[in-house]
Amino acid sequence: MKIEKGTWVRIHDIVLSPQERSPNLPEDTKKVPLEMWVKGFLLEEAMIGERVAVKTITGRNVEGTLLEANPYYDHDFGKFVPEILEIGLQLKEILWAGEGHD
Amino acid sequence: MTREMTYEAIMSRRGEIMKRAVGIDYSVFEYGKVAFDYEKIMRETGYTLQEMQQIQGETGVGNTPLLELKNLTALSRKIAPEGKGARIFIKDEASNPSGSFKARRAANAVYHAKRLGYKGVIAATSGNYGAAVASQAAMQGLKCIIIQECYDSTGKGQPEIIEKARKCEAYGAEVVQLTVGPELFYTFLKMLEETGYFNASLYTPFGIAGVETLGYELAMQFRERVGKDPDVVVCTNAGGGNLTGTARGLIKAGADEVKIVGASVNLKGLHMASDGDFNRKSFTTGHTGFGIPFSTWPDRSDVPRSAARPLRYMDRYVLVNQGEVFYMTEALAQLEGLERGPAGNTSLAAAFALAQEMDQDQIIVVQETEYTGAGKHIQPQLSFAKENGIKIEFGNPEDEIQGENIILPSHPSLIKAREIEMEKLRGSYIKNCVTQNNLTEVTEEDLAFLIKDCKTTREFATSILNSLNVKIIE
Repeated sequence: MKIEKGTWVRIHDIVLSPQERSPNLPEDTKKVPLEMWVKGFLLEEAMIGERVAVKTITGRNVEGTLLEANPYYDHDFGKFVPEILEIGLQLKEILWAGEGHD
Repeated sequence: MTREMTYEAIMSRRGEIMKRAVGIDYSVFEYGKVAFDYEKIMRETGYTLQEMQQIQGETGVGNTPLLELKNLTALSRKIAPEGKGARIFIKDEASNPSGSFKARRAANAVYHAKRLGYKGVIAATSGNYGAAVASQAAMQGLKCIIIQECYDSTGKGQPEIIEKARKCEAYGAEVVQLTVGPELFYTFLKMLEETGYFNASLYTPFGIAGVETLGYELAMQFRERVGKDPDVVVCTNAGGGNLTGTARGLIKAGADEVKIVGASVNLKGLHMASDGDFNRKSFTTGHTGFGIPFSTWPDRSDVPRSAARPLRYMDRYVLVNQGEVFYMTEALAQLEGLERGPAGNTSLAAAFALAQEMDQDQIIVVQETEYTGAGKHIQPQLSFAKENGIKIEFGNPEDEIQGENIILPSHPSLIKAREIEMEKLRGSYIKNCVTQNNLTEVTEEDLAFLIKDCKTTREFATSILNSLNVKIIE
């Protein structure tokens, strides 16, 4: 998909390959690169997956692989956790049971 | 001239980059082999209490409400032995502009950056401090970059950290997100060098001094309201700045009898730099992964000498388990009508247990709350834990195995504050001073510094040094 110049986008880059990383790392972290995600305005028209440059909100020019246009947040309040309901009911029972609060 | 940007090259320029980005020459304050003049650094590079109150007041920071948690106090008295159950209070720091006490630290740091003529500020933080710096930068008209450790190698992010990124962007900051690893510091140095911005570190004298207003307010509010100082103040402990600043503020108010308790969430066995462990943690701060290493070696921070020195002020250090903090978070909402984020609730869980050791006319206070919202709330945090294979169950929190399950107490009487031996912490602090500086001998001046820096006796410090074959010279 072609993304127009000036679009607000999210890019990804490898900061350090596994070989370039700090020598003092746990085994699992040692095996993977240090990756980075940054958002900015796309400086030239490009396709998703291409190497691009963006201008960030503070005006820095950063290079990376184009991931998505118009990135948005979708973190939320999670799925229903039934255990949470029990806590309030139990606390009220302990604190106020038998005091006409039913 | 193109400067080399490899990990080693940047790290070797660390001292030079820091000096330019913090504006403090720490070497001026250093003497002996390990010592530095902490009070002098706080005095000469920090601000007076009055100046800080003014700086913070101008941006709407501070003077947060002090709330008595009457229902939680009543609940603890139902469980406590006869006559026990101190009054529990909480300082509602969530009502600061950016939603946490970190606004106090950021207000000072960003004000200082502006005064010194920096065009922008950078902070390396995945927590509330990022939002606080971004909020203050917006008010002061400075640019702001926040660097976060946010994702594991599969690209899965901690919902709480993603929410902080959103909040930073809402204030106009640029957010740089990284995968797990201590080389966040490398990226941080590289960007300080590239931009020439101010290092709004959490650990500068101005940042720590910013929290002194919190301790001072606590003493004043209690004197006005109940006519005496609180008996115990519980501070959630990670990097140590919250506890240090609060304790210093209390001392400045003359409230030097108050016992200072640090509280952290126990994340035993989960490695802070492990890619695989990253999303098995249900807490992103206020936990032992920061609390213990920063207490026993404060100078591991992003400035040469950390102004956060918790062992100087800490009387007790207790641990609570994840399930207990989640339980208390829900209790705070259900019994007190306060929906708040996890950070202060670590202290609240500890305070709930500690109150039961204290007499009913005594006072224990939790000195912070934080904002809550999508991602950073008991519901998404427990839901995220389940998605990552962590079992959620009711039972005895003693049986919690960090990274495998979260045990919600089946009864509030099972909530405990587990003591860490202070002598162990002090011993390991002295040992770290010795090993990090390759010491074979220390001067009398150094010894006096070590004693003060971990609030210990000459006898104890000398015995640890002897056991490490370190000589004390004139």
